[in-house]
Amino acid sequence: MPRSPKLPAPSFELVHHTLDNGLRIVLAPDRSAPVVGVAVLYDVGFRSEPEGRTGFAHLFEHLMFQGSANLEKLEHFRYVQSSGGMFNGSTHFDYTNYFEALPSNALERGLFLEADRMLGPRLTEENLANQLEVVKNEIRVNVLNSPYGGFPWIYLPNVLFDTFANSHNGYGGFEDLEQATVADAKDFFNKYYAPANAVLAVGGDLDVDQTIALVDKHFGVIKKRRAPKRPSFAEPALTAERRATHDDPNAPMPAVAIGYRVPDPVGSLDAHLANLLLSEVLSDGDASRLQQRLVHRDHLVTDIGAYLGEFGDPFDERDPTAFTITAHYPDARSLKAILRAVDEEIEQVAQSGLVVGELDRVRTRLVSVLLRELDSVLARTLEFAKFQLIYGRAELIGELPGRLAAITEDALRAAAAELRPDRRAVLELTPSGHAPTAGGAK
Amino acid sequence: MTTTSITPVPALTKPRKAHKLAVADTVLDNGLRVVVVRKPGVPIVELRLRLPALSAKPSRPAQASLLGETILTGAGGLDRVGLAGTVQGLGGDLSVSVDADRLMLGGNVLATEFAQLLALISTVLTEATYPAAEVATERERMVEHLTMARSRPGTVASEALGHRMWGEHPYALDLPLPDAVAATTAAQLRKLHADIVRPDAGVLVIVGNVTPARVLDQLARAFAGWTGRAGAGRVPALPTPPSGPLLIIDRPGSVQTSIRMGGVAVPRSDERYPALQLANLAFGGYFSSRWTENIREDKGYTYGPHSRIDHHALGSTLMFDVEVATEVTGPAMLETRYELGKIASLPVTEAEVDNVRQYAIGTLALSTATQSGLASTLSALSAFGLGLDWILDHPQRLSTVGVDEVSAAAAEFFAPSRLTGVVVGDAAAIADPLALLGPIEQ
Repeated sequence: MPRSPKLPAPSFELVHHTLDNGLRIVLAPDRSAPVVGVAVLYDVGFRSEPEGRTGFAHLFEHLMFQGSANLEKLEHFRYVQSSGGMFNGSTHFDYTNYFEALPSNALERGLFLEADRMLGPRLTEENLANQLEVVKNEIRVNVLNSPYGGFPWIYLPNVLFDTFANSHNGYGGFEDLEQATVADAKDFFNKYYAPANAVLAVGGDLDVDQTIALVDKHFGVIKKRRAPKRPSFAEPALTAERRATHDDPNAPMPAVAIGYRVPDPVGSLDAHLANLLLSEVLSDGDASRLQQRLVHRDHLVTDIGAYLGEFGDPFDERDPTAFTITAHYPDARSLKAILRAVDEEIEQVAQSGLVVGELDRVRTRLVSVLLRELDSVLARTLEFAKFQLIYGRAELIGELPGRLAAITEDALRAAAAELRPDRRAVLELTPSGHAPTAGGAK
Repeated sequence: MTTTSITPVPALTKPRKAHKLAVADTVLDNGLRVVVVRKPGVPIVELRLRLPALSAKPSRPAQASLLGETILTGAGGLDRVGLAGTVQGLGGDLSVSVDADRLMLGGNVLATEFAQLLALISTVLTEATYPAAEVATERERMVEHLTMARSRPGTVASEALGHRMWGEHPYALDLPLPDAVAATTAAQLRKLHADIVRPDAGVLVIVGNVTPARVLDQLARAFAGWTGRAGAGRVPALPTPPSGPLLIIDRPGSVQTSIRMGGVAVPRSDERYPALQLANLAFGGYFSSRWTENIREDKGYTYGPHSRIDHHALGSTLMFDVEVATEVTGPAMLETRYELGKIASLPVTEAEVDNVRQYAIGTLALSTATQSGLASTLSALSAFGLGLDWILDHPQRLSTVGVDEVSAAAAEFFAPSRLTGVVVGDAAAIADPLALLGPIEQ
């Protein structure tokens, strides 16, 4: 057996600060390149949407780009881009982020732009009507007009979870989106977009004292408002298997998603990390167990993957989160054999553990992937903000290699033992449509 | 809404210069060009090995694609699982991608394990066996993957546009045809490997936490046994894409229409290139562009249009893509043609050019600020004999482009009469509205 490499751990200088209005700030200076990342995360996602307003958190995210206290519509984009930077935002189950990557000479401008919309976005009928159409087109291009669109993240929660918060479609139904009003948006902003409900992270080419002064100047003027109390969204483990089907008129071949409820990713971090390593043992690359068995030995599936976190990011959600296995396969009659093979492979880990060297190689690769993702200043800044928001400690990122190194084979066996057939939700995707026209030109 | 007491947007401060990078750019004894850049950051090394594979042989796309899927399934006494497990244990990843121009072996690894990954790559390059059983499995999987790819409306549209622009030229085929894949044998792959997996026309880019001089020694040692010359194929020059009627491909029930258009552009070495790059950004190459501000932010017809310049070995192209809601296909095409005609006929503004200039300079710096981004950019540039100097000098070129030159480039390349177009959508709903605007063909 080759020796396994010593796992490197990233080290970051992190500085914390909190404004009087409650805004939490994480600064991560790194002067190796003249670029900065700016990220604001608000503690509100799909799970906090009111009933009858599915998709509202995401629609509202769009409205945050439509002008703000001191800026006309279109100005936000233009100021970022004409500074040589890029921007975006995204809505998740538990939070919503807004971010920029900029040359470091635009740092103050970036802070101003984020502060200006925290001060107040321009919530008008015209902007709402325009962005409603844009969001509907986003859903068309990513879901309604696309084979396997939204599978399984939109549809599996409805089978796996029970409460409205956890089970509804986060992109939203058109009928709900069309009901959204400017008044709804104002309420949502007032309730969830308080400075005390947000984290600001700034990373890269910055001076700490100067940046704290700039943050104070631009965000300090925003009035303090009470942050909403976040309810627990936790749900107990399933006790009986659930099955459902999802018709996809665009898909040419069937697919399946198997979901399991797993322990609290924050409160039971070690159990969560064991699940993370298990997902890699099962499906990372050609040496993984599910690939070997279902793709190459049994020829049952075209592709198979296992992942933790409903968006595939294991650290993106609080309780509850999911362990998901998805597969595409050519023959609709194979589902039973696929489920049996998956169960046998998981059972094998639970009963017999791993082979010599397997945990080390999987762990080494996982740490390498975590490190590689931190090379970009923007990605790093977003991670600091996310870990601060979800875990309360941005420092945890640097500790992950050490935490992963301490996870034992027994912990993976215990994790595998929880992924039983009676605890899973199975969603079968059935191609229901006329196959689209053959590819290529006439 | 009116706002009082407007806060001014902060000005940019003095830009800070990027650190100089240590680079080695040389040709090994076996003819392989190597570019090594020291870029500290995370303890990872990125590599990109680019091997030319352009050929007029009709069997080439299927064979090259299948070679890419099977090159890592047997070499040096290791099978698929052995190779994958070894790479994983180094904290590494290797994958192959193929297009009409080249085969690309890309990967990354923990910096401490770099030499071991090189040794493994050398074994694959000189000893890949292409086991018949692996080839058989991948043949089937590839046909399934192609079925899934061709169920995406965007893929159907791109393929149709390729055929329309390039006719019988090898560039017309973006993805291999299933019958050609099914007919490919392991013996053909071994022969193709002997033909194109040769060092003399290849370029290897290495970027990461490395010392260039030391890496050159490691490369010379690792690749000493890899020799031979690639067989040079004759490929016809690219034809001029025809204009002509808009081709409509029916996709009954489609909720969106996929619009694709293309025309000629110029390569980076052309003196008009910087002006064309800026004209493209102003038209549809970034969010604050005319096309996006019109059909997304004003009218909500789409989630987002994009225009871009693609560089291929035989020529560069100007490409346009957008998905619009079926019921607004006619108006969206009207606005698109209006914006094309406008930028081709009327001068661009000074402010517009200033904005895209800063955006181009800033985002070049951002996209090359990561190890993987710099490696991919250098690899793409290497196909045209360009290197790090091009990245360093390009901001200067962009700074000196005048508004008149940008207007001239727009007039030369954006005229709608010079573009080839196809749409994929519900013909029953979109044919009549599109026919109002100009000739169509179904």
